[in-house]
Amino acid sequence: MSLALFTLILLLGAFCAGMLGALTGLGGGVVLIPLITLGFGYDIRYAIGTSLIASIATSSGAAAAYIKEGITNIRIGMFLEIATTSGAIIGAAVAILIPTHFVAMLFGLVLLFSAVMTLHKQEEHIAVNSPFAAKLKMGGTYPSKQGMVSYGVRNVFGGYLIMTLAGILSGILGIGSGAVKVVAMDIMMRVPFKVSTTTSNFMVGVTTAASAVVYLQRGYIQPGLALPAIIGVLLGAMAGSKILMNAQVKWLRILFSIVIGLMAFEMIYNGITHKL
Amino acid sequence: MNWFSSQYWQQRDMEHMIGKWLRAGVFLSATVALLGGILYLQQVHEIPDYKTFHGAAAQFRHLPGILHGVAAFDGASIIQLAVVLLIATPILRIAFSVLAFAIEKDKRYVIISLIVLCIILFGMFSGLGG
Repeated sequence: MSLALFTLILLLGAFCAGMLGALTGLGGGVVLIPLITLGFGYDIRYAIGTSLIASIATSSGAAAAYIKEGITNIRIGMFLEIATTSGAIIGAAVAILIPTHFVAMLFGLVLLFSAVMTLHKQEEHIAVNSPFAAKLKMGGTYPSKQGMVSYGVRNVFGGYLIMTLAGILSGILGIGSGAVKVVAMDIMMRVPFKVSTTTSNFMVGVTTAASAVVYLQRGYIQPGLALPAIIGVLLGAMAGSKILMNAQVKWLRILFSIVIGLMAFEMIYNGITHKL
Repeated sequence: MNWFSSQYWQQRDMEHMIGKWLRAGVFLSATVALLGGILYLQQVHEIPDYKTFHGAAAQFRHLPGILHGVAAFDGASIIQLAVVLLIATPILRIAFSVLAFAIEKDKRYVIISLIVLCIILFGMFSGLGG
């Protein structure tokens, strides 16, 4: 295979990853890791490095579009980033002490449970903020086909705890845990689904960028793989953000559940075969 | 709500600034990657061996090595520069948020952004990643 063709195939894979990431609030690992390891038979460490780059590109690319449209809730994102970043450091510190494959299997089960919960949840907005959420000015409005929709936020403390857990998981497993972030906002804090996924998109970049610094130094990031990842993902994320604006929440929930369901099986499989 | 009213945009100044920052970072990174990619595809002709892990070449792992390669118009080094720009965008976004919230005179969120910035910097320099 020529280098140009190889780059083009990865570019297409990255485009899909970016589009899926922008629509679901999840990173790019779901598409790129299997494509690079199973499809091309390359070393998983290069796949991880490439998917980290893809996650950062998805996050910044999609967030740039969603902030412009006024969907992302930056205040919720900034506040919860305290939880995800501190959790990630705890996770990285304890990662050597605990059996990673066991955590991967556990995470897989949590994802399966989340997939079912997300599918069954009815979209209902609460009108007012809880007192603590009001102090942090968390509620807001977002544009929909029916005009601007306003929403309140509650259970900030519970959401913060789940976000810490999301951070710890990403620290241990070395993957962004966008799925847990979305669930924490959607189910715990009652943030509207589109606001949850787009705010998760916005948050993913920060924790991923911090770990990418370490992986760059370890040589996980190859220029030949990063090239299609950056360009493909950014184009895909832009396309995805256009689709999300007009998409029905019902379909976005189904897509999200399918993707995290697949992630769940991948996690459990990797856990059983000790790949993680 | 009227999207074109000045009041709407005043309320969204902070969001607007952070959004613009991300767009600029992403656009810059993509442009550099594209330029590097064009050179790379002319300079390299075979798919490198990714089947066994040797790690990327030492010069691609740190900024001085990357900049050295960029000065020599090495395509792969220019792509790595795009990677560095991409990684820097969300991290600098946090630093930028401190400023954006300060302009909005939102003290609580200035403090929140500063806490996140400290945790991130600690994670990066302790090697834990964060």
